[in-house]
Amino acid sequence: MDAESLLLSLELASGSGQGLSPDRRASLLTSLMLVKRDYRYDRVLFWGRILGLVADYYIAQGLSEDQLAPRKTLYSLNCMEWSLLPPATDEMMVQTSVVKGRFTGDPSHEYEHTELQKVNDGEKVFEEEVVVQIKEETRLVSIIDQIDKAVSVIPRGALFKTPFGPVHVNRTFEGLSLSQAKKLSSYFHFREPVELKNKTLLEKADLDPSLDFLDSLEHDIPKGCGWTALLGADF
Amino acid sequence: MGDPPPAPDPSAPQPSSRRSSQVSEQRSQERAQLPPAVPDGVQQMPLDAQVLRSSQEILESQANLQSWSQGASLSPYEQLAMFQAEEAQLGGMEYPSLNTGFPSEFLPQPYLDGGGIQVPGNASLMQQLQHGRGNVFQELESAYQEPRPDLLGQFSMYQREDLQFSASAQHGPYMSDDPALQFSPSELGFMSFSMQVPEPEPRELAVQNAKAYLLQTSVNCNLSLYEHLVNLLTKILNQRPEDPLSILESLNRTAQWEWFHPKLDTLRDDPEMQLTYEMAERQKALFVRGGSGEGEQDMEEEVTETAVPNIMETAFYFEQAGVGLSSDESFRIFVALKQLVEQQPIRTCRFWGKILGLSGSYLVAEVEFREGEEEVEEEEVEELTEGGEATEAHGEEEGEEDEEKVTDVIPKPTWKPPPVIPKEESRSGTNKFLYFVCNEPGRPWTRLPHVTPAQIVHARKIKKFFTGRLDAPVISYPPFPGNEANYLRAQIARISAATHISPLGFYQFGEEEGDEEEEGRAGRDTYEENADFEGIPVLELVDSLANWVHHRQHILPQGRCTWVNPLQKTEEEEELGEEEEKADEGVEEVEQEIGPPLLTPLSEDAEILHTSPWTTRLSCSLCPQYSVAVVRSNLWPGAYAYAIGKMNLRCIGYDGAQPGCDFMSS
Repeated sequence: MDAESLLLSLELASGSGQGLSPDRRASLLTSLMLVKRDYRYDRVLFWGRILGLVADYYIAQGLSEDQLAPRKTLYSLNCMEWSLLPPATDEMMVQTSVVKGRFTGDPSHEYEHTELQKVNDGEKVFEEEVVVQIKEETRLVSIIDQIDKAVSVIPRGALFKTPFGPVHVNRTFEGLSLSQAKKLSSYFHFREPVELKNKTLLEKADLDPSLDFLDSLEHDIPKGCGWTALLGADF
Repeated sequence: MGDPPPAPDPSAPQPSSRRSSQVSEQRSQERAQLPPAVPDGVQQMPLDAQVLRSSQEILESQANLQSWSQGASLSPYEQLAMFQAEEAQLGGMEYPSLNTGFPSEFLPQPYLDGGGIQVPGNASLMQQLQHGRGNVFQELESAYQEPRPDLLGQFSMYQREDLQFSASAQHGPYMSDDPALQFSPSELGFMSFSMQVPEPEPRELAVQNAKAYLLQTSVNCNLSLYEHLVNLLTKILNQRPEDPLSILESLNRTAQWEWFHPKLDTLRDDPEMQLTYEMAERQKALFVRGGSGEGEQDMEEEVTETAVPNIMETAFYFEQAGVGLSSDESFRIFVALKQLVEQQPIRTCRFWGKILGLSGSYLVAEVEFREGEEEVEEEEVEELTEGGEATEAHGEEEGEEDEEKVTDVIPKPTWKPPPVIPKEESRSGTNKFLYFVCNEPGRPWTRLPHVTPAQIVHARKIKKFFTGRLDAPVISYPPFPGNEANYLRAQIARISAATHISPLGFYQFGEEEGDEEEEGRAGRDTYEENADFEGIPVLELVDSLANWVHHRQHILPQGRCTWVNPLQKTEEEEELGEEEEKADEGVEEVEQEIGPPLLTPLSEDAEILHTSPWTTRLSCSLCPQYSVAVVRSNLWPGAYAYAIGKMNLRCIGYDGAQPGCDFMSS
């Protein structure tokens, strides 16, 4: 949710039952303004909240002018002091895939994971149990990245691509009409397109290169249960 | 087929759609349905058996002929003449002229009243059939009005004709095994008559069957083939375009499009009925104060106690905890609950929570009926089950007798289905409360059925999203006994039993009644509010989980709250023969299942993967003196309880164990 329209977006998203208490809301509004000034972001988005056992993480993301450039992720425990998270890498993903269970809420907490590794000692090859320490921060980073890649969605027409390459917010976008809002094809994944180049030339002919430069939700597997478009007065 | 159809003959009939709608329907149906189901189209008209038969034969022969290519060399004129004559019989119908049955081109030709029917030459008739399938209907109509003997004559003629072309000459082409025919077995069977006049009934039955088939609505929308063809032909008849057959496909497409995009009146604005408007209409009814009467009386009545809880207050506290729906949605829920209380005889009512589903959510209200107001449905259901058991017992006895007679018998499997555990009585255990659900505030409330132990046991094994429709089937493995309403009720029971908590001391047991030594059962299943409860400081509530207790009975692995020995013989079972008793002896005794007693503190709850199943928080760390203690369940994400001198519990979530976690919920 954009920091500028935070209150409105919170109201709209309240149908799921998760919300923010008034003190959190107030502190978010204040601190996100400061983050935007300090880090010189073009837009600051309140990403959400990750629940932990002892404390919850509040996550925000900062975008630069080019909306599709890699985003900076920040986290906070009290919605006032924000810390930058390192960018996600593939090996982080692999490393943290072995950790299961809830987040503890303590960013310095380390998960211990014992692995069997083959160690060459001269001519002998034996397996040794190695205890790998995985920091919760790393796990946080990779989880946020996974969630973003899977479910970060933007409606068609909200962003447009300039001939020079950068992607900008479309100021003339007024929203989707009722019939368009129900269709999955009017929503895109908000990340680097993966399937776009696999489309046939015929399909590409129908696309508008300035608006349709991202993957659509239509072809996500599994069909039918991957995405549902709900319309309601309160959703 | 190459001959260009000559235009001159004016009275040529054609399979155009300028006919009466009935005939048109048949034709277009025939056209729309490619070769196989040709006879279906026939049922439009209330023809008598013979006519249908002949027409169907014609159709079949036509289909047959089409598989052979352009063998016949009939002059178009002859065909035209023939059909014209038949047309004349129908009287007064004007048809756009048409070239003889070339499927590619049908030129309209004016229809003139001709003379009487001429029994045409066989060859010409066949050619016509071959080329113009729709022509068959003309024959149909003509046949309809012809006197019987002529009909028979035609019929026999057609049959002879068929014999010429068909491979098997027994009953005509309709009986041949030509794969091109592709007739459904029913039609084939129907056709399998000889030269006799069949009974009218099978034909009428077939007519009705075919019409019913045509009236089936399509999967994608509410339109049936019948209706669509009616629309299409009416449209064509009204517009009377030139050469309708060649633009048939585009006309079809246009008719379909128009069905979904109704034409707006160009003179007047017709406001769209949007979903949001309909919702608003429904919710408007909620806000109207029910009942007539003087204003003063109404005010007095409403000030007195009502069973509806103060939802706005609880919503405020939950908002402090960071949970909950927006305030206007909470208010709508409040008004909807008020409506429910007015409609049903309810003693206490509570908003249990909201369960999110794929295409709709459920708002769940937990109610208790007034004494003696239980629905009659319960009794009816019990009677049915008792009747079933009696018949089963009877059936087993008969089976035993039969076995004695037969010497060579398949070994009887010794597996017996596990005995059905009876569900708990209303107002006790898992069925202590009744639950009503609705999809949105403003929609009618539906009552959920009582839950059976089998459903709870199965619900523990599966994890499915809710779709939002109560009658949706739950397709899972192991198969769940029931539909979505039952699954919802089972999940509500599990969540309630696991997550309804209160601060220590808020509830206490009544004076001890009964003997605790009775079979070691957890005899205490009632509690009452402690009038002396002074409240526990919020900080203490957050620090220690021992300050919270469950105030709902734990559900045993059996699926009930109070244990029932499934092997206990009921009176009916004792009626069975000795065989049953012997089988029972081999089974081990089932151990009694005991669960934690009521009012157990949370600290005794089993751990999940080394983490506590509960998380406690202060709602606001900046002002602890006014904040609320919040307890969150880690087992059922979405279940929250808050306490600030009192207690409450709400559950809002996608339900079920958190997807992606490795543990099975208890």
